[in-house]
Amino acid sequence: MSDCNETLRELYLFLDGELTDSDREHIRQHLDDCSPCLAAFDFEAELRLVIRNRCVDQVPDSLRERIARAIEKSPGDGGPQSSGPAGASPL
Amino acid sequence: MADQATFAEQAMPLMGSLYSGALRMTRNAADAEDLVQEVYLRAYRGFGGFQEGTNLKAWLFRILTNTYINSYRARQRRPEQTDLDEVEDLYLYKRLGAMESSALSRSAEDELMDTFTEPTVKAALEDLPENFRVAVMLSDVEGFSYKEIAEILDIPIGTVMSRLHRGRKALQQRLMEYAVTHGLADRPADPVPTAMVEG
Repeated sequence: MSDCNETLRELYLFLDGELTDSDREHIRQHLDDCSPCLAAFDFEAELRLVIRNRCVDQVPDSLRERIARAIEKSPGDGGPQSSGPAGASPL
Repeated sequence: MADQATFAEQAMPLMGSLYSGALRMTRNAADAEDLVQEVYLRAYRGFGGFQEGTNLKAWLFRILTNTYINSYRARQRRPEQTDLDEVEDLYLYKRLGAMESSALSRSAEDELMDTFTEPTVKAALEDLPENFRVAVMLSDVEGFSYKEIAEILDIPIGTVMSRLHRGRKALQQRLMEYAVTHGLADRPADPVPTAMVEG
């Protein structure tokens, strides 16, 4: 089926949520009828979840404290009304 | 109003994501901690310029990326590979069949996913060249849209898509290496990756 190649080409756009509603629907319909494509989509979706869930890191407490202290001491930017010394945006 | 309390309330809960991103970029904890601290200070000082209602996490990741490029990239100890071999689409999935002969009763897919432990996935991602690594991290781990990634990295959306396309395949290739090392799969029979002339 020529639809398979087209579907697989759009696999990542689909998983990334970057397709229009009608393109999405088109893919869904194909997946309902085509178990090989569905299996490939499921595998990639599962792999995505595994990657996301296993790239998590615990922020050290010492870092949280260090940042909270640094911010307390920093003049900061009080917004447009601020008369403080921090005028320029760092960006 | 961008004041200290608002900043703390909104930005502090995002520190886990920023720290993970910093770790993937610098690939060492000491640099990642310093980088995150610098990002939070810069963000705090510039918080008045942040437009409420827009995406704070994307704004912080933009500062993270810029700060990393300006202050940390030069310090990277590991030699940086800049390009990738060409890898075929669905690299891992196409190799699942070869693992089906496992003696274990669980499905090859579950078995394969279990091989990809936290240290494995992090190491595989960190092994990618920086451009690809950061794009894949922003999309697959942090869930940013193509448009957000384009804005964070200051690159066209087409470049985002091409980095994701190639970076993901290369990530799968590296994950496959771990499966092979762990005896879960035979070395791929086909002669991938095929070296390709840079285009």
